[in-house]
Amino acid sequence: MKYKSQQIAWWFFALSGVLLLLQITYGFIMAFAHLGYDGLHDLIPFNAATATHKNLLVVWILSGFMGAAYFIIPDEAEHELISVPLAKLQFWSLAIVGVVAVIGFHLNWWEGRKFLEIPRPLDYLVVVNVLLFLYIIIMTLWKGKKRTTTSLVLTMGLLFAALLYLPGMIWFDNQTMDSFFRWWVVHLWVEGVWELIMGGILAYLLIKLTGVDREVIEKWLYVIVGLTFISGVLGTGHHYYYIGTPKYWLLIGGIFSAMEPLAFLGMALFALAMYRKGEKRHPNQMALYWTLGTAIISFVGAGLLGVAHTLPAVNMYTHGTFVTAMHGHMAFWGAYGMLVLGMITYAMPLMTGRKLYTAPGASYAFWLSNIGMVGMTTAFAAAGVTQVYLERKVGMDFIDTQQAMEVHFLVLIAAAALFTTGIVMFVVNFFKYGRPTDEALERS
Amino acid sequence: MLSKNQARTFFLGGTVVFFLIFLGLSWHTLAREVPKQTNAQNLTESVIRGKEIFDKNNCMGCHTIMGEGAYYAPELTKAYERKGEAYLKTVLTVKEPWAPRGRKMVAYAMSDQDANDVIAFLKWVGEADLNGFPPKPDLQSKVPVPAK
Ligand code: HEM
Ligand code: HEM
Ligand SMILES: [Fe+2]
Repeated sequence: MKYKSQQIAWWFFALSGVLLLLQITYGFIMAFAHLGYDGLHDLIPFNAATATHKNLLVVWILSGFMGAAYFIIPDEAEHELISVPLAKLQFWSLAIVGVVAVIGFHLNWWEGRKFLEIPRPLDYLVVVNVLLFLYIIIMTLWKGKKRTTTSLVLTMGLLFAALLYLPGMIWFDNQTMDSFFRWWVVHLWVEGVWELIMGGILAYLLIKLTGVDREVIEKWLYVIVGLTFISGVLGTGHHYYYIGTPKYWLLIGGIFSAMEPLAFLGMALFALAMYRKGEKRHPNQMALYWTLGTAIISFVGAGLLGVAHTLPAVNMYTHGTFVTAMHGHMAFWGAYGMLVLGMITYAMPLMTGRKLYTAPGASYAFWLSNIGMVGMTTAFAAAGVTQVYLERKVGMDFIDTQQAMEVHFLVLIAAAALFTTGIVMFVVNFFKYGRPTDEALERS
Repeated sequence: MLSKNQARTFFLGGTVVFFLIFLGLSWHTLAREVPKQTNAQNLTESVIRGKEIFDKNNCMGCHTIMGEGAYYAPELTKAYERKGEAYLKTVLTVKEPWAPRGRKMVAYAMSDQDANDVIAFLKWVGEADLNGFPPKPDLQSKVPVPAK
């Protein structure tokens, strides 16, 4: 690590880890409720659990992205962050807004819009927080010696992600319009601008871990993010099939969303090719595992499992069933969860100066969480397919169908236990690693 | 071979072109088609209040509506048609968690007025043209009927 201000990233990574554990806890509450054990109903009704699960997911990923940016931008721009106290302020305000939002969900204080449940007054605070973050990042880049493609793509992704939050804050009387713009946030985030962030972080990690020439890596980075937008922007149409919008979206959404896996395939091939090409054997092998892992699992979870239900004829039956939940879990995990954990794994030895590259359990954390997630995805798939056939195709009643699906939630909980063991090991490892120290700074 | 400059042009050009097409289509959808398809003229004060109540209580945190939401409780797009007004009214106004088949709903104990507004909203949603969603069960007729 070259710049002292990069140390601020540790706080964001720590917040990420803690919120991930909390997110998982609410996942269990919901899984048990699906099994019929809803003892917490009066305290934490299902809608409070689900709002918490989804929002904590978004916040821990964003916190990870912010930490990654605070770590990467000084390194790439060759300049200290313009202000560490401001970054600290930004950190604490993020943490406080997050905590207040979660408490609010338990007191019926929210907006009932999936993934965007944070109530309006807090939305404004989120905006201020993100503006402060962007100010620090962009000014650092501005004052820096270098503006690399990697840092520009990353910053562009972060900037667009902030802009796209705004359409989600407008109130519409018409449910269809409400939903239309909800997708400008949710879809254009995960299948658009977040892929820029992913591409940027992935490129940075590959440059560091494989030693392949920056020019080669950054050229392919442009191709991948180009594919992302060419397919993903009109691909938004796969959410406009059945919400009261015109039929031409069936054609446009179908064609362009079916091309979306290309960008993820691009990331996977790109990472594997650079890994083969690289001459350097970086000692941080676990970081390499997570980096290659995110590139591959995102292709499976987002690309393959996304395309599985993206054609209008299929989506007619799977729309709003556990098939969606199956895809949602593996896509978020593969593309963004593993990416954040990979960034943390890369940064920790550099921040703390401990060359303990394979801490006990680091490898178990990787394998258990991934095997667990594959199991969870399979359980959701079984539940989803059952639901589609019984409820949508045969016309069985909702509750009868849910009862027929219960066994799959037992499997879900078993797989989730494996997953959770892996995550707990990861987070424990993180805190055991220690805090950043000035001794870790490289003298130049 | 592709140069870095060409790759950058591909990215920037593609982004701008496809984003502009998307904006144009979105404008057409929202300004021209959605009002027709969703019968925007029927968005009465009661329907709008109903949506507000639906939103404020995060009903989407258990149910789906137009196929969006959570998967803990039934799809509500056609709830008005399926269950009728009287049934919905009971569900919304009872003071104990509604759980006829074991799975509990939050007891909202709504006032008459609030319940009517939510029902008006559900009725409006049910009348929107969703391009055929929710689908008719296409295998129902193939299920063998057991002999007595
Ligand atoms: C990392 C990338 C991705 C993530 C994190 C992700 C995540 C999600 C999530 C959470 C949902 C549910 C959203 C909601 O109901 O509010 C969803 C829906 C959907 N996703 Fe993705 N997705 C990704 C990429 C893709 C790709 C590449 C495709 C297609 C090729 C795809 C196809 C779909 C479809 C068709 C739905 C709608 C399901 C429905 O009708 O219920 N996704 N995705
Ligand atoms: C112990 C681990 C977990 C369990 C038991 C679990 C369980 C669940 C359950 C039961 C639902 C609700 C489905 C419904 O609406 O009825 C859900 C939703 C969701 N969870 Fe998890 N989850 C876990 C971890 C995760 C992780 C690690 C991620 C992301 C990386 C994640 C992302 C999501 C998303 C995106 C949804 C919304 C899906 C949709 O509505 O289509 N979950 N989860
Ligand atoms: Fe999408």
